[in-house]
Amino acid sequence: MKHLLSTQDLSARNALRLLNVAEEMAAVGQREIKKLPALRGRTVVNLFFEDSTRTRISFEAAAKRLSADVINFAAKGSSVSKGESLKDTAQTLEAMSADAVVIRHPASGAPARLAASGWIDAAVVNAGDGTHEHPTQALLDAFTLRRHWAKLDGTPSAGTTLAGMKVLIVGDVLHSRVARSNVWLLTTLGAEVLLAGPPTLLPVGVGAWPCTVYYNLDDALAQRPDAVMMLRLQAERMNAAFFPSTREYSRRWGFDDGRLALLDTMGLDDTVIMHPGPMNRGLEISSAAADSPRSTVLAQVRNGVSVRMAALYLLLSGDSQDDPQDDQPENQADQPDQLATTPEGRTP
Amino acid sequence: MTVPASKSGIHKRVVLAEADIDRALTRIAHEILEANRGSRDLVLLGIPRRGFPLAQRLAQKISAVDPAVDPDLITGQLDVTMYRDDLRRNPTRSPLATQLPPSGIDDKVVVLVDDVLYSGRTIRAALDALADLGRPRIVRLAVLVDRGHRELPIRADHVGKNLPTSSRERVRVHLAEIDLIGGSAVNEVVIEDRL
Repeated sequence: MKHLLSTQDLSARNALRLLNVAEEMAAVGQREIKKLPALRGRTVVNLFFEDSTRTRISFEAAAKRLSADVINFAAKGSSVSKGESLKDTAQTLEAMSADAVVIRHPASGAPARLAASGWIDAAVVNAGDGTHEHPTQALLDAFTLRRHWAKLDGTPSAGTTLAGMKVLIVGDVLHSRVARSNVWLLTTLGAEVLLAGPPTLLPVGVGAWPCTVYYNLDDALAQRPDAVMMLRLQAERMNAAFFPSTREYSRRWGFDDGRLALLDTMGLDDTVIMHPGPMNRGLEISSAAADSPRSTVLAQVRNGVSVRMAALYLLLSGDSQDDPQDDQPENQADQPDQLATTPEGRTP
Repeated sequence: MTVPASKSGIHKRVVLAEADIDRALTRIAHEILEANRGSRDLVLLGIPRRGFPLAQRLAQKISAVDPAVDPDLITGQLDVTMYRDDLRRNPTRSPLATQLPPSGIDDKVVVLVDDVLYSGRTIRAALDALADLGRPRIVRLAVLVDRGHRELPIRADHVGKNLPTSSRERVRVHLAEIDLIGGSAVNEVVIEDRL
């Protein structure tokens, strides 16, 4: 991997490799010294053209745990507000020799533009672009789901997929990059994805996605999902009337106390409730649901650091800029010591 | 024992057979107990991948001598991937699990176990990794094969076999726990030389 731009073009092999590395990174978070020297001397720039709390902090913590230097760049208070273009900003970062750029941008495709333009040599990580994708969020959701799924099976989660799992994604799919990234990634990993939301908040062409669509939340819940992912209602992107009132939305599409009780009466003891945050409590999710033992909201945040550590590690370590190694079997660590240390000893 | 060169032009030579490996490990187990004057505070940490099964085998042999030792409680695995100095010069490696015995490593006598000692860079990385995990009282090093060509001031305390090699050659250790060759589990140390 050179860049992490979307989950749509992420192969199952690479996705699983990233999740497996994240599993080892999670172990580092349990230690007294939560730091690894793997990216010492590398520079990671957090380039945020949109507001963010947990994603930026999470990337910053991940980079620091790997001993990289972190430069935080928020568009507010920078030359971007003076009208500087993405190209000039990128070239400035290049001149400061950034090794990785973590970019969040309101325009879909901005990270891909940055990666393909040749303005910058660094690895580009998409931290959310417009209504396109948010790959690390989907990866941390998959990581959380995989741990839950493996725990139910009583097996270690490393190496397993999500085969057989049923995941229901509810709400504002239209504006949600999290939903898109999750649909691609979870299906790649073998899960069955269900979408539920008002027709006005489902994108055109959703029928072509690899998932089933429901226009009634209770019908969707009757499919007995193993996880319910509530999406945030993105008021800041809403420039039209998508539903009559927030109260009606909350009643029809919110995960309220009644639906929480319904999970119990249906005997779905192992169904978890996810939310990518930030939550609109009382709107798409009730406080009781958000704070219930089923909620994985905080586990998702915790896992986010591990997953982002894995992404930065896989993008920034290794010698290959355009890696022919990417599709080789994962046995590099299997090579004896002497292969690793002598260039002449390496396989031709 | 010489195997004729295969079609790929690689000359293979078995230098330690199963019985040789077993004898070497038995001796190392006794050496470890002798150097430590018993099994007190001993922790064996294998470096993935082949160091770990070797550490398990050593622990079995130690518990055969001293039945008070539970081999599972003194064995662990120490992954050094993230501490290597060649991460940027090689294809990306995936880290493997680090598992310490329940007693931890603080104030213990830690014996690092690896299959082949060559440049010494893996052991350098292992020492750094150990420092992040705790503070052992003593750190020792046991290897199955020492093939020379050290690039760092590191030496092993316990060596199964000293193998003078050319740096062109490769030393491959095959252990039944990990390696299947032609469908059967093999224990052997092989030197490969491209012709």
